[in-house]
Amino acid sequence: MSEAALATAPAEFAPWEDAQATPLIRFQNVTKRFGDFTAIDNLTIDIFEKEFFALLGPSGCGKTTMMRMLAGFETQTEGTILIDGQDVAPIPPNKRAVNMMFQSYALFPHLSVAENIAFGLKRDKLPKDQVAARVDEMLNLVQLDKFASRKPHQISGGQRQRVALARSLAKAPKLLLLDEPLGALDKKLRQDTQFELMDIQEKTGTTFVIVTHDQEEAMTVASRIAVMDHGKIIQVDTPAKIYEEPGSVYVADFIGDVNLIEGTVTTSGDDHATISWAEGQQDLIGIAHDEIPAGTRATLAIRPEKVNIATERPADMTNIIHGKVMDIAYLGNMSTYVIETPTGQHIKAQAANTRRIRRRAITWDQDVWLSFTDTAGVVLTS
Amino acid sequence: MKRFGLISVPYLWLLALFLVPFLIVLKISLSDTALAIPPYTPTLDMSEGWAGFKEWLSGLDIENFTWLTTDDLYWKAYLSSLKIATFSTILALLVGFPIAYGMSRAPDEWRPTLMMLIILPFWTSFLIRVYAWKAILSQEGFLNQLLLNIGLISEPLTILNTNTAVYIGIVYTYLPFMVLPIYSALERLDESLLEAAEDLGCSRLSAFWLVTLPLAKQGIIAGSFLVFIPAMGEFVIPELLGGSKTLMIGKVLWEEFFSNRDWPVASAVAVVLLLILIVPIVLFQKNEEKQREAGK
Ligand SMILES: Nc1ncnc2c1ncn2[C@@H]1O[C@H](COP(=O)(O)OP(=O)(O)OP(=O)(O)O)[C@@H](O)[C@H]1O
Ligand SMILES: [Mg+2]
Repeated sequence: MSEAALATAPAEFAPWEDAQATPLIRFQNVTKRFGDFTAIDNLTIDIFEKEFFALLGPSGCGKTTMMRMLAGFETQTEGTILIDGQDVAPIPPNKRAVNMMFQSYALFPHLSVAENIAFGLKRDKLPKDQVAARVDEMLNLVQLDKFASRKPHQISGGQRQRVALARSLAKAPKLLLLDEPLGALDKKLRQDTQFELMDIQEKTGTTFVIVTHDQEEAMTVASRIAVMDHGKIIQVDTPAKIYEEPGSVYVADFIGDVNLIEGTVTTSGDDHATISWAEGQQDLIGIAHDEIPAGTRATLAIRPEKVNIATERPADMTNIIHGKVMDIAYLGNMSTYVIETPTGQHIKAQAANTRRIRRRAITWDQDVWLSFTDTAGVVLTS
Repeated sequence: MKRFGLISVPYLWLLALFLVPFLIVLKISLSDTALAIPPYTPTLDMSEGWAGFKEWLSGLDIENFTWLTTDDLYWKAYLSSLKIATFSTILALLVGFPIAYGMSRAPDEWRPTLMMLIILPFWTSFLIRVYAWKAILSQEGFLNQLLLNIGLISEPLTILNTNTAVYIGIVYTYLPFMVLPIYSALERLDESLLEAAEDLGCSRLSAFWLVTLPLAKQGIIAGSFLVFIPAMGEFVIPELLGGSKTLMIGKVLWEEFFSNRDWPVASAVAVVLLLILIVPIVLFQKNEEKQREAGK
């Protein structure tokens, strides 16, 4: 970001760019082993107050383990975890200003929905009427007023998830850990709850760490996303950065749909790199912040929606690929075209459906030209 | 029709093994003693037909039940049994719960072994095991010798032939019935519930009170009834380990039957015992039903 841009956007929330800001959570070279299996591998990360920090990664990569270390249920094998500048290793879970929503919900089966939500409030010795008021507020929030007196085994899976969410929110903790909080909800309720979460976050200033398998969700709610794999954080960045400028092929491929075009770097410099990738096709240019030596194998990652498709060769575009339409997938508001190049590679392009299908210009087996700008894709070496 | 047949099997079973014997006992309890075989009148004489049945019916009365109220031996024995059964149940719970808790917390690979150890005593005769306690608890028994040898006591303790020995015997015998239902309740308890409780501000101890205990409640209730109900009518243990002062209804029953050969009074004692036990049995059934519902 240029200095001018920074100056015009003073309100933007980005404490991680501020060298003076002190993080709420610090993982310093944290390693967690179960026996000889390493679940968290020398992980260092700062999470700031009021962040909405999303952990994204394949199953078994250590997301829950990270949460459990923050909540106090696991102790790291090596390294230090600081919350609010304090080493939390000796602090038991009930003394931490942290609440966790469990992936398995962990609702108390002998207590009603309302009693489950009230459980933490009662431990704080709050007066009865305050507890009742807060429980009502939470029930209202998750739309479960009618089910207050039911037991957990008498409600549906999605409803249980909402009870677990309400229970963890009830104490308005400083740090809230949500382990896949919305997975069992239908799309509409999920979106409502996402906005509700962001709203709560704005109102209470709670810091959220959220695990999700849903990239769209991470994109919507997160201030920053950490993409994890095998106990390591591969990249931490804002949703836009993660999406637009993934740092590695792994991240590019993990988040959203992407075309990965392999080639050899010919020239590099000035924030760009050029790769030559197939005979008979012109070289492609993409973003590369670091200079890459010529001759290095590299991959150009480009999102399908950034690729234009046209029936004639566009005149003023830097990156042009020629091919034949192999497949068209109609997605309602847009269509995805799969193009086969003469050398047999498949490249996807997406276009909004502004016209009715019958009048659409592009059909199967048609010769087409794909094009994109020199800042649309990124050249990645790992 | 076929379905009806299948359903009726357990009912026929209950009818043959429970209701019929009970009706026979009930009938005897309404009869009078006699020097005869069997030692009571009237006996039903089928050959006289309807008139015989009427005569038989008119021979029945509740005299034996009124007799139970006139001699205070009986109600004292009932009360004493109630007391011994209640205390034994509490003792068994105090001993059994920690055992069940320890088993449920033990590493997975140990659990079958621990379970085995609990069940193992059932492989030998109950009578032999109670006899063995005689050898342990007597004046010259193993326990006194051990305590004397390590110098903890200078005079042997009198345990055998006291109520203490009866308590030891009952707790020992019925402990598995306490441990197993509690264990099965605790074993099902999801560890993450305790974590959730701690996360919400509970100490380990209060998590135990607020989560572990309530979730083990049904196991505790089931175990308590499984100890209380048989302990109430126990005969062998007070007979072998208790003294002359140990008063239990099972012993009274035995004496009426075999020493006095007063079958009608003995039957009356048995019927009243059953009526007393119906309350805890029904409560036990209720508890089981609730558990089944919650388990769904
Ligand atoms: N108590 C434990 N003992 C041994 N291995 C464990 C333990 N807890 C977690 N693991 C292992 O650590 C790794 C990370 O587990 P974790 O639960 O953090 O995964 P996750 O990223 O939350 O996965 P998911 O998305 O499926 O929930 C897994 O391979 C898991 O098998
Ligand atoms: Mg997980």
